[in-house]
Amino acid sequence: MARVIVDVMLKPEILDPQGQAIARALPRLGFSGVSAVRQGKRFEVEIEGPADEAALAEVRKMAETLLANTVIEDYDVRVEA
Amino acid sequence: MSEGAGRHMADSVKRAAETPDEPMPFAELGMKSDEYDRVKAILGRRPTGSELAIYSVMWSEHCSYKSSKVHLRQFATKAPASEALLVGMGENAGVVDIGDGWAATFKIESHNHPSYVEPHQGAATGVGGIVRDIMSMGARPIAVMDALRFGAADAVDTRRVLPGVVEGISSYGNCLGLPNIGGEVVFDPCYLGNPLVNALCVGLLRKDQIKLATAPGPGNKVVLFGASTGPDGIGGASVLASATFEDESQAKRPAVQVGDPFMEKLLIECCLELYAADVVVGIQDLGAAGVSCATTELAAKGTGGMTVDLNLVPLRDPSLRPEEILMSESQERMMAVVRPDDIPAFMAICRRWDVPAAVIGEVTDTGRLVMTWDGEVIVDIPPGTAADDGPVYERPFHEPAGQAALNADTPDRLERPGDLRETLLKLLGSPNLASKEWVTNQYDRYVRSNTVLAQPADAGMLRISEVIEPERRSSAGESEPATPTDAEAGATIEHAEPTTRGIALATDGNGRYAKLDPYAGAQLALAEAYRNVAVTGANPLAVTNCLNFGSPEDPEVMWQFAEATRGLADACRTLGVPVTGGNVSFYNQTGSTAIHPTPVVGVLGVIDDVAARVPTGFVAEGLRVVLLGDTRDEFGGSEWAHVAHRHLGGLPPQADLEAEKALATVLVEAARRGLLAGSHDLSDGGLAVALAESCLARGVGATVELTGDAFTDLFSESASRALVAVRPEAYAEFASLCGRHDVPCYGLGTTGGNALVVKDVFEVPVEELRETHTAALPALFG
Repeated sequence: MARVIVDVMLKPEILDPQGQAIARALPRLGFSGVSAVRQGKRFEVEIEGPADEAALAEVRKMAETLLANTVIEDYDVRVEA
Repeated sequence: MSEGAGRHMADSVKRAAETPDEPMPFAELGMKSDEYDRVKAILGRRPTGSELAIYSVMWSEHCSYKSSKVHLRQFATKAPASEALLVGMGENAGVVDIGDGWAATFKIESHNHPSYVEPHQGAATGVGGIVRDIMSMGARPIAVMDALRFGAADAVDTRRVLPGVVEGISSYGNCLGLPNIGGEVVFDPCYLGNPLVNALCVGLLRKDQIKLATAPGPGNKVVLFGASTGPDGIGGASVLASATFEDESQAKRPAVQVGDPFMEKLLIECCLELYAADVVVGIQDLGAAGVSCATTELAAKGTGGMTVDLNLVPLRDPSLRPEEILMSESQERMMAVVRPDDIPAFMAICRRWDVPAAVIGEVTDTGRLVMTWDGEVIVDIPPGTAADDGPVYERPFHEPAGQAALNADTPDRLERPGDLRETLLKLLGSPNLASKEWVTNQYDRYVRSNTVLAQPADAGMLRISEVIEPERRSSAGESEPATPTDAEAGATIEHAEPTTRGIALATDGNGRYAKLDPYAGAQLALAEAYRNVAVTGANPLAVTNCLNFGSPEDPEVMWQFAEATRGLADACRTLGVPVTGGNVSFYNQTGSTAIHPTPVVGVLGVIDDVAARVPTGFVAEGLRVVLLGDTRDEFGGSEWAHVAHRHLGGLPPQADLEAEKALATVLVEAARRGLLAGSHDLSDGGLAVALAESCLARGVGATVELTGDAFTDLFSESASRALVAVRPEAYAEFASLCGRHDVPCYGLGTTGGNALVVKDVFEVPVEELRETHTAALPALFG
């Protein structure tokens, strides 16, 4: 059994109102020195067999189809160490 | 950034004069070579990259109406005299006098293509865009509506597009705190790949508060405020940037626009406070073509000149090139013209609302729009040449080759059903006629607590007791935290005196009718929206329209457009309701297959006392059920032909506008006198569906008797008809009112019981009607 992590982030040029709201809130809570925040999603996909190339390809397909909206989001697939 | 090693100098006016033969990517920007030649003739040299950016977007079909202008003029030349019209076509939205010093401003606009690419954000930013149009007139937005068209309900792509669109509309509208009070959802295979998302917004203002998009007064400052500018929706600007500077990678662009409703909410309150403080001379929202459009239009309508330093535009992405800044469609931005003395007050109000603002230029009397970047002049044009004097095309048009055959293929050849009970249930459970609760339950219909009627009522209705004044914050000293939450908690909200006055709004449009006869189809769309307003008891006053068509370069599509605009303009004149504004959406087609021509018409009406409104349907037992208007054998383009036979042919129902006007007069007068207990307009699916929906409104059944051919009586879609429920003691007075206006009036039966009974034809329990009506959409999308 292996765990595959899929990180989904808005593409860099896409406006991220939630990230901006967090960035604006931080100074109000006393955190300084933050110039920008972007918010994304992390999926932990447990697979039954080993995390070989075939399994990763399948997870990428999942990301492409369901986990990420590829019109506005990028995704990154990796095996948890 | 100006010291950055990778940064190139922008293409300046000086450089353009020195390199007259440098090829410019006008074709990639959608500009024709004769249009490009015209730009060169205007400037007496080749345009700079930034100038080309401005001309290409301002002369695009979307901004210049170059194919539609010659036809749209009829809305002005044929406009009926109307005392109610305060601001007509040509401004951001029309304004109508609704009495007692109040004015309403409303407009409908398309966001079709973006909603296909990214349904959620496309639809959301469609709402945001139309709301800013309304704000820019000086009004507080008070409600939205959406007219939607999708491909077949069971098509795979519809399952992607519809839920996203509905979610986008609901999330943006609900976050803004605006009720969504109506609209339409229609399915037809012709919209697969070309969904229509037409968003309407209505706003309220005092008559003397109207703001206009103009930049008068040399020396006045130009302020850009709202969200910062990023690489959003930059269609062709990347071509410009990379064509001149090939080493800069622009692969990531263009980007889908993402809406931020919370910023828009701040903008609304900020604008209202700016208006109340009287620190705004002219104002314009930024929509398509962003800064290009706002600067050229403001300058052209004002003293005529303006200087802008593009380095002063607040950027979300500091690597943006001037061409991209000019074309960016970043949302939630506005541009205001402000007297120099008022700048401190203006900026203080923006700070209080956490709205970034920057002075980026100044009004001049030079007659030139001059923009600089890194100290160099990169734009120097007469603004009117971009804003007003774009190309105007008299596109050729002719009747489509198959039109005569289409009209000759009448529904007479279709087999008529024997079992009318089954036909009713089949229609009632079909996607177009089924309950739209699944959609409208996702919208907030009652926020602001002035909604009197909302879906599934025939029209949305709002009470006029509004907070026009900004939701004031306690005066913001620099020491106190200017957070929205803190300030809003301490806000003292000043309520205007509640009035009894109300406005009603409806949108309608039937693409199948317009396909069969675009002239009549557009008139029928107007007639239905007009009727939907009148059945609530409100007096129809004014019109907005969204004209959705295929490619204007196709003479057959252009014929549809010419016929539809002619029909609509003629009908507006007959009904006495002027067009106040709207929008044209062309190129709704896949390959050479265009959508059905789909003129969507919105009508606004006024009612003196919302307590006199007429609710939809049968509200009590023992009422007389009365049909108004004549029923003919009219099944061309009908819902029955569509559902039972997948047939589209023949001619649409006759549009009898005099009958429509008489019917509205009767309905409004009867409501005023309190004669009507309930009402419902007849349209898709005819009397049978109107009876079923009337029973469903409150779960009250009815027993009726027909005199003619049962199938025709029940399912024909003849226009100018309505169903009303009248208290027995009021019937005589009501019948004489109908007689006085020559409105045919037929007593059909009585309300009561828990079934819809059509004597000698069928009986359906109300519960069975309800199950059939409500199950369809959840089964498809739930």
